[in-house]
Formats: sequence, structure tokens, C-alpha cells
Amino acid sequence: MSTSSATASPLPQDRFLGMKITPITRRRLHNFKANRRGFWSLWIFLILFTLSLFAEFIANDKPLLVRYDGNFYAPVFTVYPETTFGGEFETQADYRDPFVQDLINEKGWMVWPPIRYSYRTINYNLSVPAPAPPSAENWLGTDDQGRDVVARLIYGFRISILFGLTLTILSSIVGIAAGAVQGYFGGTTDLLFQRFIEVWSGLPTLYLLIILASIVEPNFWWLLGLLLLFSWMSLVGVVRAEFLRARNFDYVRAARALGAGDALIMFRHVLPNAMVATLTFMPFILNGSITTLTALDFLGFGLPPGSPSLGELLAQGKANLQAPWLGLTAFFTLAIMLSLLIFIGEAVRDAFDPRKTVGPLPGTGSALKPSAKPVAKKAAAE
Amino acid sequence: MSELLSVRDLSVDFRLSGSTMHAVRSVSFDIRPGETMALVGESGSGKSVTALSILQLLPYPVADHPGGSIRFKGTELVGADEKTLREVRGDRISMIFQEPMTSLNPLHSIEKQINETLFLHKGLTRAAARKRTLELLRLVGLPEAEKRLAAYPHELSGGQRQRVMIAMALANEPDLLIADEPTTALDVTIQAQILELLKDLQRRFGMALLLITHDLGIVRKMADHVCVMNHGEIVEKGTNAALFAGPKHPYTQRLLAAEPKGNPAPPPANAADVMTARDIKVHFPIKKGLLRRTVDYVRAVDGIDVTVREGHTVGVVGESGSGKTTLGLALLRLHASQGAIRFDGKDIQGWQAAKMRPLRREMQVVFQDPYGSLSPRLSVAQIIGEGLKIHGIGSGKEREAMIAKSLEEVGLDSSSRNRYPHEFSGGQRQRIAIARAMVLKPRFVVLDEPTSALDMSVQAQIVDLLRDLQVRHNLAYLFISHDLKVVRALSNDVLVMKDGKVVESGPTRQIFEAPQQAYTRALIAAALNLVAVKTGDVRM
Repeated sequence: MSTSSATASPLPQDRFLGMKITPITRRRLHNFKANRRGFWSLWIFLILFTLSLFAEFIANDKPLLVRYDGNFYAPVFTVYPETTFGGEFETQADYRDPFVQDLINEKGWMVWPPIRYSYRTINYNLSVPAPAPPSAENWLGTDDQGRDVVARLIYGFRISILFGLTLTILSSIVGIAAGAVQGYFGGTTDLLFQRFIEVWSGLPTLYLLIILASIVEPNFWWLLGLLLLFSWMSLVGVVRAEFLRARNFDYVRAARALGAGDALIMFRHVLPNAMVATLTFMPFILNGSITTLTALDFLGFGLPPGSPSLGELLAQGKANLQAPWLGLTAFFTLAIMLSLLIFIGEAVRDAFDPRKTVGPLPGTGSALKPSAKPVAKKAAAE
Repeated sequence: MSELLSVRDLSVDFRLSGSTMHAVRSVSFDIRPGETMALVGESGSGKSVTALSILQLLPYPVADHPGGSIRFKGTELVGADEKTLREVRGDRISMIFQEPMTSLNPLHSIEKQINETLFLHKGLTRAAARKRTLELLRLVGLPEAEKRLAAYPHELSGGQRQRVMIAMALANEPDLLIADEPTTALDVTIQAQILELLKDLQRRFGMALLLITHDLGIVRKMADHVCVMNHGEIVEKGTNAALFAGPKHPYTQRLLAAEPKGNPAPPPANAADVMTARDIKVHFPIKKGLLRRTVDYVRAVDGIDVTVREGHTVGVVGESGSGKTTLGLALLRLHASQGAIRFDGKDIQGWQAAKMRPLRREMQVVFQDPYGSLSPRLSVAQIIGEGLKIHGIGSGKEREAMIAKSLEEVGLDSSSRNRYPHEFSGGQRQRIAIARAMVLKPRFVVLDEPTSALDMSVQAQIVDLLRDLQVRHNLAYLFISHDLKVVRALSNDVLVMKDGKVVESGPTRQIFEAPQQAYTRALIAAALNLVAVKTGDVRM
């Protein structure tokens, strides 16, 4: 390493979460954190999402750990027949059965998750007909089939987010690629692609889903695939416009003069500038994906019957107006989840905006304003 | 009271997300009826803000006057109510702006736009307003004024639009005309015409003129009194003659000394040809009719020969639209063209992109607009290092060192390489753009108006830098510019272009001292002496 480059990096290597980061990333993080609402939303969302990823450990009708006869068992991971614990049947042990519980407690103990219901566990011991109102046993009551609402909520939240994220990522990849190609090459490519999109967007998604539902039983992946066929178009317009605008910029020309190829120019020079527009749209697409799944479930064309889903909970709330805890739970969950995602999206957009500067960066002491002091030493006369 | 306008201790602050920027600090000056006052300064010196605050046109309440007063004929304008201001704006004080392309409403005809001010302030009838509008358009020298009444702004050239703007400003015979960089966006020949028009109109109406400009040549020709602004303060004021004869403040002295000067470096003897082009043509088809058949061509570049040798600079001058930039791009094979292009003995016309790639390292370009030519989302190190990466030059650490070295070579601190372009001033950005080209050690560089978007003092520095780099690396330059002063300071040979053709070419000294063609003479007179030569060669 030559001396000039050694003197050129006076800053100590900056680290974030143990990774080496450039000052640019540092500033993006700073900008993100400066948006307090988005920053807190991210934390709340991450905690909720992480918790829901471990739904099986929070809400389950099986104990986390069983000590029986000197051995440890983990029913969450392994299926044990009832005979293991001295029962009579060869089928899987029903740990909620008082008989089985007595068998185990006789020769050991059990550690239960905080909520002793899975999304499909039916509470047969209800004192009132289902749907039962909130109680100490069922915190948010039960639905009209006697299943615990909290348990279904946790599982439903997880599946909604996972579906939304997957659909958003996949449709963004397809949409950005399609928009980039159209905008960058323009001309005939653009013309043909635009006409195709116009025809394609005219296809009725809902009817296709209904037709699909009559042929196969739609599951997570079927729905994802079918919705992806249509959802990728939402980003094309934005990305195409950014590429059309940027392809004649001087810096794109300069890159061409440096000998850069089309792919490199698209990814390195034009795409980063299209990213703010894209990122601005992303939270809306994510929310849109979640809402689409909820809507399909609400209508009964979504996930297979019995799956935990917010849309199904909403439908039950509509069918059982005398049980307001169903509708209210679904409403508040959706409203809070969608709001959190929008706030995070706003903060992400701020972070990637190079013109946006909020307050001084910690450690540098100087606000990075567009009118920053001249950096040139030798050009002091400027 | 003899003063028409009296500005006392005027300050302007801008409040931006918590921080306060003092754009103008305690500025005082007076303008007497019929005189011309010039506010001179570089970009960011607060001269336009001062002018806008006279008419209270700043974005209040983001902008704020912490102190000071502006009295126009005894009436206080700072903090005046809307009604008072409306009576003054466009009636007693008029303003013309820099950019004639955006200052006119594209959806209204010329007549409608000029009539508007007449309706507002004079309450004229439609017929009377039409008559007055026609009179004004004749006054500002718009050719075929009757036909132009119904024209829309896009049908007029830049110079014609500026004339319409002036006609609008004069509609109510104001006492004071504020001209904010009225000619910056125009070609040199048009600039001279507009300046003469302003001077003539001022004499006829006896109005005062507040001229805001960065161009000392214009100031010297036009102004009676001059105020030099720097960082929001007036550092020196005085009469035109006194200021130019003996500037007192060091900033004024520096500004006056900043004109690009010096001579091109003596070219090395028996230098090899780097770039030779014969009969270069770039034609754009004009398509018409249902079948979009090509009926004619726009001949942007029409049969040009040019040879650039090692260590030599060929200057290409001409007005906007003369095909200078297209020629430069065609030579670099960034624009499709016809004709033979020989680079370093190889005929590169028609080569595929992949075959061109190794040569890209040896031929580079620097663009006019330093704000548009740097990718705003890449750091300076990434921008400069990109070429090295593409051509696989050096390892990671060697590249780092090369980037740092090239930054230092163009006069920037190498620790600034992790910053983004928007944190730099225009001159610094242009240095970055030059570093990006120079880090590849090219042999041939196209400089496409590299100084036009920069302040005067920065221009001179960039010219010095370019000359210095040329000598050090024995570079061949194709220097494209409309600014003849800069061309004279840097070029060994000059090519004068008009409508895609070469009007005249030869050694710089010969072109400037003994131009053969009438067009060249008009161009030189307009550029160096701000004199409009009335010949058929120069467009209105």
C-alpha cells in the first residue's frame, strides 16, 4: 500500500453489527435513524415478526418439552405415539387430553408454551357456544369453530408477512428487470413491451383465481405464482420512466466513453438512481400483496380451508357481528401491520436519498450540507 | 430625494431544517433614475437573492429579512402588503430572468402574455392592448411582429424569447428594470444584440437598470456603477471606470485577474497524429407522412475534416446548434456517423462495442455540465475508479492509490473520495470529471465546453489545470466551446463551425487576428467586444 492511500484514509474503519461499512452506508444508516417514526416502526415490526416466526413455540397444542420416565421428549419437533407415555393408542399423543396429561405428570413434567392452542386446536371445553368471548383461557376469545383467536392471529400474521415479502421481492425483481430493459433500450423494444403489458394488465386476476380454485386446491405457492403473473407490472412504469430519463444523462454517456457495457451501465449507473422511486413504491407493493391475500381469503378463494389467515378471521367477524372481538382483532392487526410497514418504507426512502441530510453525522462534527465547505486544498482560491 | 431605489442594510436569511443560512448580509446601495447599476458576483454570492428581495419575491417564510429596508420612491417595500407590492411589480419595477426557455408560459401566445400585464396595470381594452403590444414588439426589434403575435414560445429562438420577455417587462414603462443574468443562456452574437437593445431602450425611456451578472465584460460595457458581491456582502462599490482602473478589495482584484488568459503550451515538434477524421457526417432523418418516409436530413455535422496531434489542442467554436458536440461524440464513436475516423493509425469507424472497449481507455471525454456528468449515487472514488475496474487495471489497493493520486493531480484533497458529488461545488465537480478521464491515462480527450457552466475565477483555474495536464501527459485535446476567450487561451488550432460545416479553420493566432470570413469576424466581435455586427451571417 502506497503512502498516499494510507494518508488518504484518516478515519478508523467503521463497523456496524460487526461488518465493515463505508461512510456512505454509515450516512444511510444515520438518515434512517433520523426518521424516528420509521426507526421505531422497524423495531416494533421486527420484534413482532421474529416472534411470529417462532409461532410454534408461543402458541401450540403440544408441550415444548416433556420429561417422562427419565427421558426428555420434544413434541414440537417429533411426533410421539400415545403409547410412548403409557397410553393405549398408536396415534399421536393428544397432550391436551387430561388422560394423557395425567399419564405424563405421574412420571415427569411438561413445559407448555404460553398459549396452549395451535391455530387449528379446537377448544371443546367452552362454557358458552362458539364464538366464545375473551376469557382467561382464550385471551381474544374463540372463533365460530372454537379455535383460539390469539393463536390464529400469530400464525395468520406470519403467513401474511411471509407471503407479502416473497411476492414483493419476486415481483420487484421481475418488474425492475422488465422496466429497465424497456427504458434503457427504448424504441421498438419499449413499444412492444408496453403493448404487451397493456393486454396483460387487462386480464381479470380474480376470475383466473376462481378458475384455478376449481382445478386445483390453491395453496401458498399456487397463489404466489398466480399473483406474481400480474403483480410485477406495478413497478414497470416507474422504473421505465427513470431509465428513459437517465439513459441520455451525461454520466451515462461518460460511462459509455469509459467502455462500460450496457448491463454494467444499467445496474451501476441507472438502477441506483431508479432505486428511490422503486423503494418509495415497495412498501405499497408489500402492503398491496398482504391485502390481496387477505381479500382472497375473505372471499374464500385463498389459502385452503383451516389455514390461519387474517382474511378468514375478517370473514368470520362479518358473519358473526354479535362477536365483535373477531372483526376488531382482524381490523387492528391489519391496520397496525400496514401502518408499520409504510412508516418503515418512508424511512428507507429517506436513507437512500443522497440530497436528504438530517443533522450532523456523529463523530464528524460537520453537517453534510450541499453547500459544504470547499474540500479542495490546492484550489483554495475557489 | 434623488434616489429611485435605496437599499439599506438589507439582510436575507434562509431557514432550512433547523439551520439558518445568511444569504445576504447588510447590503446597501442606491440607484438613481436613468442609471445602470451592476451587481457582480459568482454563483452563490447572493446577487439574485438581493434582486428578488427588492420585489419581495423570495419564498417567504423560509426566507426572512432580519433587518434592512428597501425604499422605492420613498415607499418601504420590505414587509409591505400584497396590494402595494402588486402595484409596484410589473408596473413600476419590472424584471427579466436568465432562462428565456422557462420564463414564458408555453401554453399562451405571445400576445396573450404581454396583454396580461397591460390588462392588470393599465386596464386597457383588448384592441388598445393589441396595438400597444405590437408597438412593444417592434420596439424590442422582433422581426415580423404582426405575424409573431399569435406565436407560441416554442416557435421562437432563445434570443427572440428574450426580446419578448423584455417587451413584457417594458409594457408599463417601468422606472426600474431588473435584469437577472439576461444574456447568460444566449449565444455570444445574440448576447451582444440583447445588450445593445437594453442600452438603447434605457436611453429612450430614461429608466434605471439593475443588471445582475457574473460577466465582467458585460459590466464594463453597460454599467455606470458597480457593486461587487461575495458571500452575501458587497465588498466593493464604485463607478465603472474607477473600479476597473483600480480595484481596491482583494476579491475584486482576483475577479478581474481571473479572465482566462495565457497562451496554449507550445506544441511539441514532429508530434504524431492521434486522431484523424475525414469527411465526418452525422445526418438525422426527417420523417414525414403516413409511412414515415425519410424526406430530408438534418445535417448536424456535414463533412468535416479534423486532425488532432499529440500535445496539441484543436478548438471547435460555434454557436449552439452548430454541431460542435455531435462532432465530438462522433469522433469518440459515441454517436453513429459516416466518414473515416482513424485513431492511432487504426480505422475505427464501424467497430463493434466489444472491439472498441480496449480503445476506450485511450480516448476520454469531459462534459459541460459538472452536475449532470457525475452519477449522483456513486461516491467520488467509485466514479473515478470505474474506468480502472472496467479495464482491469491494478489490484484493489493499487486502484485506491491511483484514485488518490489522480484526485491530487486535479487539485482535490484525496480524503474527499468517499463523498458524494453533490457535496462539491461546480468547479470541484469538474475537477472530479477531469480526474475520471485522466486516471485512465488517455491520449485523446474531448473537452465539451468544460468551463461554460463554471464561475469566471474557476474557469481560469480549470483552463490552467487542463493546460498543465496536457503538457505533463502529452495529451491531444479536442476543445469544444462557444467561449472564444477560453479557446484562445488553450487552443493551437481553431475550427469555426456553423450549421454543421466548417466556416474557417487555421492556427489560433491567425483566426483571431485576421479572420477571413464575415461570420468569424462577427463572432469574434460579439464575443470579445460585445459588439453586434449587422451582417446577414448572424441570426436574430
